[in-house]
Parts: sequence; C-alpha cells; structure tokens
Amino acid sequence: MYDNLFSEKSLSDALQCLQNEIPFAIWETFYVTVLSTLLALVIGLPLGVLLVVGEKKGVLPLPKWVMQVLNVIINLLRSIPFLILMIMVFPLSRLVIGTTVGTTATIVPLVVAAFPFIARLVESSLREVDPNIIEAAQSMGATPMQIICKVMVPESVPSLLSNVTIALTTILGYSAMSGIIGGGGLGQIAINYGYYRYKYLVMLIAVVLLILLVQLFQSIGTRLAVKSDKRLKH
Amino acid sequence: MIEIRNLYKTFSSGDDKVDALQNINLTIADGDVYGIIGMSGAGKSTLVRCINMLERPTAGTVTVNGRDMGALSNAELRQARREITMIFQQFNLLMQRTCLQNVCFPMELSGVKKAAAKKRAMELLELVGLPDKAGAYPAQLSGGQQQRVAIARALATDPKVLLCDEATSALDPNTTHQILSLIRDINDKLGITVVVITHQMSVVKEICKHVAILDHGTVAEEGLVSAVFAAPKSEAARRLVYPAREGEIISDPGSETKVRVIFASAAAASMPLVARMARERSVMANIISANTQPIDGKTYGDILLGIPHEQLSAALDFLRGIPELTVEEVSDLV
Repeated sequence: MYDNLFSEKSLSDALQCLQNEIPFAIWETFYVTVLSTLLALVIGLPLGVLLVVGEKKGVLPLPKWVMQVLNVIINLLRSIPFLILMIMVFPLSRLVIGTTVGTTATIVPLVVAAFPFIARLVESSLREVDPNIIEAAQSMGATPMQIICKVMVPESVPSLLSNVTIALTTILGYSAMSGIIGGGGLGQIAINYGYYRYKYLVMLIAVVLLILLVQLFQSIGTRLAVKSDKRLKH
Repeated sequence: MIEIRNLYKTFSSGDDKVDALQNINLTIADGDVYGIIGMSGAGKSTLVRCINMLERPTAGTVTVNGRDMGALSNAELRQARREITMIFQQFNLLMQRTCLQNVCFPMELSGVKKAAAKKRAMELLELVGLPDKAGAYPAQLSGGQQQRVAIARALATDPKVLLCDEATSALDPNTTHQILSLIRDINDKLGITVVVITHQMSVVKEICKHVAILDHGTVAEEGLVSAVFAAPKSEAARRLVYPAREGEIISDPGSETKVRVIFASAAAASMPLVARMARERSVMANIISANTQPIDGKTYGDILLGIPHEQLSAALDFLRGIPELTVEEVSDLV
C-alpha cells in the first residue's frame, strides 16, 4: 500500500493538503485536546480529591455508600471503549452542543471519557502526600477544607502536573479517534485521506504531526513538573 | 496545667485488640519540661497524641488549662490546638513552601493578615537562628535547620504547650544538643510548657525537670528526673537509666552472682567501695562495668559487680550498710 507513496500525484496531493487543510486541523486538534482536558480536570480534580479524603481514615470521611457509588461510576466509565462511548453519548452531545458532529461536539465524549481517568490520576497524586504532613496540619487546627486546599493539593502539584500531562497526551489520542464520527482535526484528515481515499502520504503526515504534538505536550509538562518541585535542590 | 486521668487507649482491627495505653494518670504543671520516656511500642506517641486529640482516648479524660479536650466540638478543638502545638521526628514541613511560608502557615489557618503574619514569622525565624533561610525551601536545609523551622512554626500561634514527639531522634548528637538547648531557651523565655517524648535517656537528662517512664502502656514510674535517676524503683526505669553496656561479660558466670550498685550522691560515688569491701569483709568482688553521670549538677553512677556465690551474703550485708546506695541482684543483663 505504500508503493506509490512518493509519486508525483501523491506529492502534489499532500502539498495541497498541507497548505489548505492541515494548519487548521492542527489548531482544531490542539484546541479540542486542551479544552477537553481542562473541562475534564474541572470535574475530575474534585472527584479525585473526594476519593482520597472521603475514605474512612481520610480528612473528610464520607458515608460508605457515597464512596461506593463514586467508585462504581468511575470504573464503569473507564471500562467502556472510547469508540463506543463516543456513540453512546450522542444524546448528551446534542443536549449540550446541539449537534453530534464537528469539532466542538467531540468535546462532550472526550470530557466524559477523560474525567474518570483524571479522577484516578488525581487520586494517585494525592496519595503520595506524606500523611505525617497532613497530621501536622491537623495538629495546628486546620479544617478539612484547609488541609485539602493548602496542604494536599499544593504539596502534590509536581505529581499533578505530570499526571495531567499523561491525561493530555491520552486525550490527544482519543481526539484523533473522534475523526471517525466527523470530529475534525488531524485524526479526521488521517482517516479521510488514508482510509477512505488511499492517500497514504497525507495520512503519514497527519500521524507525524500527532507525534510531534504529543512530544510537545510531554516535554512542556515534564519541564513544568520538574520546575515546580521544590523537593529537588536546584 | 495538663491533667491526664484514667486514660485508656485500645486499638482494634477486627478481632485484634491492642491495649496501647492503660490507666494513665499524669499531671504536668505549667512551665514544666516534662519527659515521657519508653522503649518503642511503649505507647509514648499515642499518649502525646491523646493530649491534642489527634488520637481519641478509649476512656479517661485529658484536661489542658481547665478545658476537657475530649468534650470539645470540632471547631473548639481546632481553636484549642492553636495553643497546643507540636513538633515531630520527621519535621513534617510543607516541602513546596519556603521556610517563611511554612512559619506563616498556622497563622494563615487562623486568619492572621498576611503582612502581620510575615512580620511575626521573620521574628520567629530570628528566634530560632535562621533569619537568612526565610526564602529557602525545606529540602535545601539540614535536618537540624528543618527542625528549627518547625519549632518557629510551632510557636507562631503563641502556644501554651509545646509537644515534642521524638523531635531529636532523627538528628546527630551535636544537632540534638543544639535543638534541646533551643527548646530549653524557649521554655525559659516564653514559659511554654514542654512535653518531650523520647526513647533516649540522654534527652531527658539534658532538659527535663520531671519524667514519666512508660512501659507497655502503663506509667512504671514518675517524678523528678533527679529522683528517678538516683533511685529507679521500677524494672523499666532501671533498664532505661542504667542500660546494659555493650559486652558486659562475667569471666566466670557459673561461680559469681551479679550485683548492681547505684550511687545516689557524689559522696557515695567517690568512696573506694570495692577496696573497702575487700579489706573489711574479705569479699573478692569482680568489677564488670561501672559508670558515672552528672544530672542536675549531682553525680549519679552505677557499678556492676560479680561476687562469688559463697561471699554474696557478706557482700550484700556490707553494701546495704552504706547510705545512699541502692543494691540489687541482677539475674540477667537486659
């Protein structure tokens, strides 16, 4: 299938696509990924906090059934393959955005898929906080809310940043998958040109650009995480 | 004043029950430096956490300055904790905050204005001798410096009581000494009551006025440090005050009985005991080990003798006739 990859026709198609569609597709992918991650973070961060503080020995113990419901919902959503989830949330997309196709409409399934994932990542970050430090804050008369906002979250910022970066790159991959349902962005270009029209060079270019975007997100995220960590002597 | 009355704490997980504290009764006066010493697992940390209710006692009461800590509402308890602050073995500083921000932290919790908190924090860093480290992060400091910052943080809310939970156990002897002098200074200058939890007798010796010896969840002995050192009454106290020195070996264990003699005064310690015993009673005692230590300006010491079985009664008779000596047979070295 890669026989005529660099034929004249293939090269001119690719050049045309690079000029006309790809710049906008990069932007679409970028904005869908970042916006979805931010929205998922808005839901996932508090849930992740609840998963830790709501435990029996946590700083704000919640009724057992609340914790169970929370865990079941998160595990349930994480079990559904993204391809199926995208289709399952069509009614929700229509309700929120008004349509099920297009770049903006894919934000809904992306957020639904990402927030349980982020909640688990936040949970693991917060569990890294030294329980002795939390006890110290309690010994100073901190309220549960103060412990969450002034101790647990600030102390786990470096870990949260690395985990959000993992989420960001995962969501980037999902957003490319949403090309199947007309999601727009680099994923759609790869599918339309490569899968439907056999223009493999364009597909490869889209894939290379996705790789570059992942690299970019990952290196920025890693740098921020390291830079924010005051436990490292620098 | 801290009054602990009939305190019990039982940890239970499933069918397993551990009695961490049993019927503890202690009174700690204002301005005192009170040591609570015991081997690991004796319940010291649990006991100190019952004072500020980080651990809820199973039964009994803790009264601090007339307030029954167990009866307070959550909000009242948080308020009370500002007057009973704590420092820890691992310092427990916020690692993502600078030293200054760490000292500001308790004031931030209680809603002190930022500028005022900063000013007070700088004063406290000065008090603990680290004004130049205000902008440094804890990871950039040594253990001793981190503990100083923790002490400054503990003083930020003008506490009446400072609880020290193994505060020097992670530090080397030299740094331990510096931190203990700082705590003593604070006790002198600010009149704060200090409760020191430790497993090291040397710490008690250095700063405490009173001491309670905790053994398997009960108070084995309690009183003035000098009195407990002079005449440790309980087995646990003797083990802590006069621990077996490394390599204490009798040349001929089959034919000798071990006798420990404890001196309670300089006069007793400076007497040529073994020589006199040999001349007056013809007892040929074997010195296994001996040690003296100054506490509160007085000299205390102990000597472990090996005495031939057949001369034991003559030796005990002689030793018990001398004032300010405690004499006991030791069956095994622990």
